[in-house]
Amino acid sequence: MTVAPEKSAELVVPEGHVKLTIDGLEVVAPKGELLIRTAERLGIVIPRFCDHPLLDPAGACRQCLVEVEMGGRPMPKPQASCTMTVAEGMVVKTQHTSPVADKAQQGVMELLLINHPLDCPICDKGGECPLQNQALAHGRADSRFHETKRTFPKPIPISTQVLLDRERCVLCQRCTRFSSQIAGDPFIELLERGAQQQIGIAQEKPFQSYFSGNTIQICPVGALTSAAYRFRSRPFDLVSTPSVCEHCSSGCAERTDWRRGKVMRKLAGEDPEVNEEWICDKGRFAFRYATAADRLLRPMVRDADSGQLRESSWTEALRVAAEGLAKARDEAGGVGVLAGGRLTVEDAYAYGKFARVALRTNDVDFRARPHSAEELEFLAASVVGTSPESGGVTFRQLESAPAVLCVAFEPEEEAPIVFLRLRKAARKGRTKVFHLGQWTSPAVDKTFGTLLPCVPGGEPAAIEGLFFNSGTAEAFEALSGSGSVILVGERAAEVPGLFSSVLRLAERTGAKAAWIPRRAGERGALDAGVLPNLLPGGRQVTDGTARAEVEQAWGLAAGALSAEPGRDTDAILGAAAAGELGGLLVGGVDPYDLADPELALRAIERAGFVVSLELRPSAVTERADVVLPIAPSTEKSGSYLNWEGRRREFGTTLDGTGALPDCRVLDTLAVEMDADLFTQTPAAARANLERLGATASTRRAEPPAVPAPPAPGAGEDGVLLATWHQLIDNGSLQDEEPNLAGTARTPVARLSAATAEQFGVVAGEQVTVATERGSVTLTAEPADLPDGVVWLPLNSGVSRLRRELGAGHGATVSLRPQARGGNS
Amino acid sequence: MGVFDPLKGFGVTFSTMFKKVVTEQYPEDYRPTAARYHGRHQLNRHPDGLEKCVGCELCAWACPADAIFVEGGDNTEDARFSPGERYGADYQINYLRCIGCGLCIEACPTRSLTMTNFYELADDDRQRLIFTKEDLLAPLLPGMEQPPHAMRLGENEQDYYVNGPELARKAGEVAQ
Ligand code: SF4
Ligand code: FES
Repeated sequence: MTVAPEKSAELVVPEGHVKLTIDGLEVVAPKGELLIRTAERLGIVIPRFCDHPLLDPAGACRQCLVEVEMGGRPMPKPQASCTMTVAEGMVVKTQHTSPVADKAQQGVMELLLINHPLDCPICDKGGECPLQNQALAHGRADSRFHETKRTFPKPIPISTQVLLDRERCVLCQRCTRFSSQIAGDPFIELLERGAQQQIGIAQEKPFQSYFSGNTIQICPVGALTSAAYRFRSRPFDLVSTPSVCEHCSSGCAERTDWRRGKVMRKLAGEDPEVNEEWICDKGRFAFRYATAADRLLRPMVRDADSGQLRESSWTEALRVAAEGLAKARDEAGGVGVLAGGRLTVEDAYAYGKFARVALRTNDVDFRARPHSAEELEFLAASVVGTSPESGGVTFRQLESAPAVLCVAFEPEEEAPIVFLRLRKAARKGRTKVFHLGQWTSPAVDKTFGTLLPCVPGGEPAAIEGLFFNSGTAEAFEALSGSGSVILVGERAAEVPGLFSSVLRLAERTGAKAAWIPRRAGERGALDAGVLPNLLPGGRQVTDGTARAEVEQAWGLAAGALSAEPGRDTDAILGAAAAGELGGLLVGGVDPYDLADPELALRAIERAGFVVSLELRPSAVTERADVVLPIAPSTEKSGSYLNWEGRRREFGTTLDGTGALPDCRVLDTLAVEMDADLFTQTPAAARANLERLGATASTRRAEPPAVPAPPAPGAGEDGVLLATWHQLIDNGSLQDEEPNLAGTARTPVARLSAATAEQFGVVAGEQVTVATERGSVTLTAEPADLPDGVVWLPLNSGVSRLRRELGAGHGATVSLRPQARGGNS
Repeated sequence: MGVFDPLKGFGVTFSTMFKKVVTEQYPEDYRPTAARYHGRHQLNRHPDGLEKCVGCELCAWACPADAIFVEGGDNTEDARFSPGERYGADYQINYLRCIGCGLCIEACPTRSLTMTNFYELADDDRQRLIFTKEDLLAPLLPGMEQPPHAMRLGENEQDYYVNGPELARKAGEVAQ
């Protein structure tokens, strides 16, 4: 350090700040700042284990000892700099200038190492271990301890994906503090005392956390390791590439570590605006789907003679696809495009442009899930184009909002990082969280939230009730506070009138409404115009000025774009099933995610010509005429828009695998059809999209205005079905991950005690939920649902509601106890 | 040039005939190397046949020529290849790259990797010069058993490591 401040230049101390000296350097720090952080700002690194900027200070490891002088008098003993806050006139000496501090730190290190095993060669942390590094930097060269070390049996599984090696633990309590403070799942605790003190599993509570992987990452030693990554590689043979999670709409920053062309693990990246330093277990552990043995690598064409798919060259496949699509477009009533909700913005843009330019249709939709016309209006009027820059709702705003209302949105299951923010906000006592839902789910508890119960489908009526009902006056009042937010989830599309009610509520209270889809690509596809009523940049299909802009940018003849909004997913499938559509171009869509899987399968079979762009075999590829393989997110570059509308750009992690992104495949396919998309690479697609810029048209989309229907009833012998996706479920992006799957929440059927009694269902025993399509049998569990309602997970284990029941949130189902079988 | 110079030259040639020959008639005459010659590597075994390699990759880390590739694996109850939790699931040395420096031997924490005196490492196929774990593992001596199998020696881990060799020797004597 050569740039010591000159003695004469007095430091100005602003209001709320103090002046102190660290290692002879004068520094001004805000009141309440921890010494260790102030030192960090000066570039002085004090060794530490337990200290973590996002966790409450604990002072557990004592590695950060420094010498402190207050008011000219030295404190009797060295102090922990991670728990002591700055004070006026303090004089701090770290290990660099104080032999006392240095000796104290060495002593602590020696104590920590007494029982630490010397198994660095077989420890996953070896090579990236704070204990290793700091022992080298601040420890003694040799140990004076020659007795036998305390040992514990080697790793005990805390869950199927986290292993605990107690010998290595330095009892810093980062993991226990993370789970109780950040995640709110106290699954791991400090047990025993003295030399036997150890970390263990919280007694009698089943291990349950969607965020357990973070404890592995923040453990400063190798005490917590990942079962999936265990022994797979050492830090020095990993190449780390910054990436963005492809799973949900939070858009977390990640770091992908890979070795010899294979992804070995993913870690949370740091982004204070988005995920801070955390990611959920799905984002961390679910990545092997991309290397599954059945991954499609070669194009396939259906053989005219045998009727079977056979591998072909790209040239042949593209020619066959182009010919088939052109024929369906010109002679058989047109082609519909189902893009799927997992695309990057660039790929989504290519789908939208392909539909409009090569297929000359507005029949394009990214929504591979139940949807509604009301949703389209809502998206066009209040969501498209919003971003942090344009004043949209952000993670940070959630943190400072006086109140947040979650409507048809289960934050922990659908966007876990939103959940962490809500919990953080609520934990500080600043934010009141309300959940308009059916039962007190774990997320309600962990966000210190209030449940505003309603029957499924009764959400709009419940919102209207907020205005008048005295019981909910508190919620209404809180939401009227400036900066309040209403979050709407994907299942709102299954409840008629809900989007309209949300907008009315937003207007009445002044709260901002934000839409949080579940899939990573939905928000991007919306802004890229992959909807029947929208062109890129939120331009409406019905708006002449907007169309003209797009026609000009795309080099089309004036009037080439249809002014007629196209069909949405259901209508496309309906038309195909009725033989009105000659062809389908399907991206990553799983028919079993759709409102009516049977209709979807029939449509795909009926459609004269089907082209499927897929990563792995699916119900669509089985029935397609041409299958074109595309690249998973690790093998391409691009960007997602997260729910905030924030652009989350990422580069290629695994280069040169030969896999092509969707935009490239569509570009070539378009060329075969004599149309130019200019989306050869994601960068080209991006540039092409950016050229469009913002629209000059001043026409605004009309918000939906559906009157709130009265809360539905299920009639005499039926019940209403409430359901949503669980974070870890049967989703195909979680395939090949047995360790992750082991931490999924057990699927159960939840219902109120009164409903159980009415239908003769006994808690803990099997109950069958059925429609005329089929039935699902699960264990019944009592919960505080409204009467006449049953809750099942949407796609967990045997509970595959769309596939088995063809039913979703708000449907009427029948309920009966399952006669107890011989041994089940 | 002097008159006798050609003769001097012949003199040198002639006198050499009575000196000891340094040329070796390899391969007919195969001479042993110096005892600590850095020849081909070997992955050693514990006395019961379990592998000593724990797949820690420290050899690969130490290698200045990047000739070694290792990938670790989990020992399970049903398939144990080495004592402890971890074993070398994949182990390769590329002799096209190896410079025989022996740094890997120094790095090995379990004395699994040592070097033999074997030096006939030439081939006309590059692929064959990448030695895999099967090529490098020490042969099974009497009393050793092909892994995977459980730890056979001693009451517990301590015993296995500390007294294993002794126990194996005793077991061998009894058998004879
Ligand atoms: S919260 Fe969402 S974006 Fe973040 S890691 Fe998890 S799945 Fe990925
Ligand atoms: S870092 Fe200060 S006590 Fe652990």
